[in-house]
Amino acid sequence: MSETAAVASTAHAAHEHHEELSFLRHYVFSTDHKMIGRQFLFMGLSFMILGGLLALLVRWELAWPETAVPFMHWVPEPTMYDGVIPPDTYNAFFTMHATIMIFFVVMPILVGAFGNFLIPLMIGTRDMAFPLLNMLSFWIALVAGFIMLAGFFVPGGHAAAGWTSYAPLSANPQYTGVYWGQNLWCISILVLGVSSLMGSINYITTIINMRAPGMQFFRLPLTIWALFIVAILLLLALPVLSAALGLLLLDRMAGTSFFLPAGGGEPLLWQHLFWFFGHPEVYILILPAMGIASDILSVFARKPIFGYRAMAFSMIAIAFLSWIVWGHHMFQSGMNPTLGTSFMISTMVIAVPSAIKTFNWLGTLWGGNIRFTTPMLNALAFVSMFVIGGLSGIYMASTPVDIFIHDTYFIVAHIHYVVFGGSVFGIFAAIYYWFPKMFGRMMNETLGKIHFWGTLIFFNGTFFPMHILGVGGHMRRIYNPKQYAFLHDLQPINVFITICAIGLGISQIPFVINFFYTLFAGPIAEQNPWHANTLEWVAPTPTPHGNFPEQPIVYRGPYEYSSPEVKEDWLPQNRKLEGALRAH
Amino acid sequence: MLSWLPEDVSTFGPGIDQMFYLIYYITAATFVVVMALLVAFLIMYRHQEGRRATYTHGNSTLEIIWTIIPALILVMLGFMSKGKWDAIKKNAPPADVQVRVTGKQFNWEVMYPGPDGKFETADDVQFDNDVHVPVNKVVRVLLRSKDVIHSFFVPALRLKQDALPGREIVVWFEVTKPGTYEIPCAELCGFGHSGMKGSLIVHDAAGYEAWMKEKWPAAGGTAAVDRSEPKRG
Repeated sequence: MSETAAVASTAHAAHEHHEELSFLRHYVFSTDHKMIGRQFLFMGLSFMILGGLLALLVRWELAWPETAVPFMHWVPEPTMYDGVIPPDTYNAFFTMHATIMIFFVVMPILVGAFGNFLIPLMIGTRDMAFPLLNMLSFWIALVAGFIMLAGFFVPGGHAAAGWTSYAPLSANPQYTGVYWGQNLWCISILVLGVSSLMGSINYITTIINMRAPGMQFFRLPLTIWALFIVAILLLLALPVLSAALGLLLLDRMAGTSFFLPAGGGEPLLWQHLFWFFGHPEVYILILPAMGIASDILSVFARKPIFGYRAMAFSMIAIAFLSWIVWGHHMFQSGMNPTLGTSFMISTMVIAVPSAIKTFNWLGTLWGGNIRFTTPMLNALAFVSMFVIGGLSGIYMASTPVDIFIHDTYFIVAHIHYVVFGGSVFGIFAAIYYWFPKMFGRMMNETLGKIHFWGTLIFFNGTFFPMHILGVGGHMRRIYNPKQYAFLHDLQPINVFITICAIGLGISQIPFVINFFYTLFAGPIAEQNPWHANTLEWVAPTPTPHGNFPEQPIVYRGPYEYSSPEVKEDWLPQNRKLEGALRAH
Repeated sequence: MLSWLPEDVSTFGPGIDQMFYLIYYITAATFVVVMALLVAFLIMYRHQEGRRATYTHGNSTLEIIWTIIPALILVMLGFMSKGKWDAIKKNAPPADVQVRVTGKQFNWEVMYPGPDGKFETADDVQFDNDVHVPVNKVVRVLLRSKDVIHSFFVPALRLKQDALPGREIVVWFEVTKPGTYEIPCAELCGFGHSGMKGSLIVHDAAGYEAWMKEKWPAAGGTAAVDRSEPKRG
């Protein structure tokens, strides 16, 4: 504790000289949490372009198998043959699409960018507890990103065993023909794990120790609650993945047999270790978006969040239960069927806190005075798409139904409703909402709404029909659906999905234009453009190094909208009311 | 949407489909109710000048209700699923026919024990990718893999089970209608994964007898029906 205080005071001392920082220290090797947050945002958005293009290549193959992809004739053999994707490259493409989207887009943006940017501002402090560790966390993540990108250029191609990298396929190079691609995949995620650990230690320490006076735990915005819980999940889940990756690397490079049965190893061990990390990981991807959506719904409904404590406790419950549901990924794996039943029950139970959250979001809208700004539209899309993603999860939880839909497109539909419909709409909501604070300018609402409607329509056009493919029995990760007679009638759906996916890609162009145009030429934002209560809007815009000119003191919870105590329909957390200090 | 389900020709298939339909009705109804409320609230409570939002922090009674109802429904689904799951995966009926299917990159090796009903004997016969079984008989499949994980998937039977290297996993099924059904591999197994396809050829009783006679001319067929316990290997 005293060490924390010492670091904090050193950080404070450093901040008092912020005017003297050189360009390099200000924009590149910055220890300011806000700059590090922006760096994570740019990193994540850049990777999103790559991950999206990989998805379109996969979709092209599924709609028009073994035909040349337009504009791709330049890719040299043996990666592609005059624009045609061969099967091993196809496997690498979907493996890398998922890997990049999960580890280098959603995590860096939701946890890295918004975690960094928002935690100190929303809890009312100067910076993170460990600013230097924070800077290292970004640069190590970037190194991990470059290691992952390097995999595209090594002989044998990139990792092609799926993002889940099931052993033995991933554990012995002779099964895939992939050598350094898979090794670099393991090393990159190991390195990224170090970065995430640094970040999560920082988040936990900062939230516990550096809250502004009066900022009790139950006065924290739900975004901070979500990030706090996510940091704990990361801290406990990532070492398990790192251990598994270490064993996998040893199997590949040192001749051990942890996962290879020929040498006495156990293939299911990999799945247990991977999903013990992997299921909490799913909640690492969705919880921050839940927190963000809660905050945004409350702001634009001009209404307190419905059931604040239930919202916080249900996130805690989800986090706790996420440790005991991993086996639902393994119902058909050969795991003992009795164990399958236990995992089914825990999985059914984890749906309850998700249901509570959904009803509380509805309760928040009820009786509101709702403004349909772009961030609000994206937050509403988050809620609706998360409902579909959550409900489709019940099908998989039911063990007998899972026998049929396991490893089909039903699963692909489900994961995309959760991670795209949930996390990515959460990301868009957060970018539109906090852009004025992050970059000091207001994004264009018209372009924002074009982007929103295009994305919502084409997202559903892309992913909803995947449920139908799954019901038809369409396997995931196959190269050519035309090889199967029972999939013949489903092929027009594959074509429809691919056309919508291209539309979804094109729908992002207004966002890119809006983002960069606003960054340089958008209208200057006022300090609190949305009339929100939380402390980040109390800080001046642009926010200086050190955040608050004077220490804010917190008198109430973050959701006092339309309170009868004041004439305006918002009441900032730090505003001292004359007379009694009423706390909610 | 569920009209897209493939033909269902196994004895346990209809049970799985019933569960699928039940969850479909429950989730579809939930979805419709939630979306209807959402849209209604968005219209009713859209921004109007001079109106002020209702100042409330929640309602414990409501919150308890919408915690308990989903919990009850989910627990009910859990118990209903358990019964069907146990019947399929745990309480296999005695087998009439036994066959060993071994996945390897990238096909299914199908081994019959022959008239003596025992594997590793001279009358074993192996086929590539084609599984011949009689209709209305309990077939026990001993699943193995030679290299990576494969998954034995017969959409028309609602049957899926991963085949793991280093162990043997027993599954069973009983087909109710003669015909030929595809057996894709459902677990990514390498660059040839997509083309790893077998066929399940379901004969009527006479047809199966004829097929047996053709493959084991000396034994006259019927002896290949086997009631012995599967050997672990």
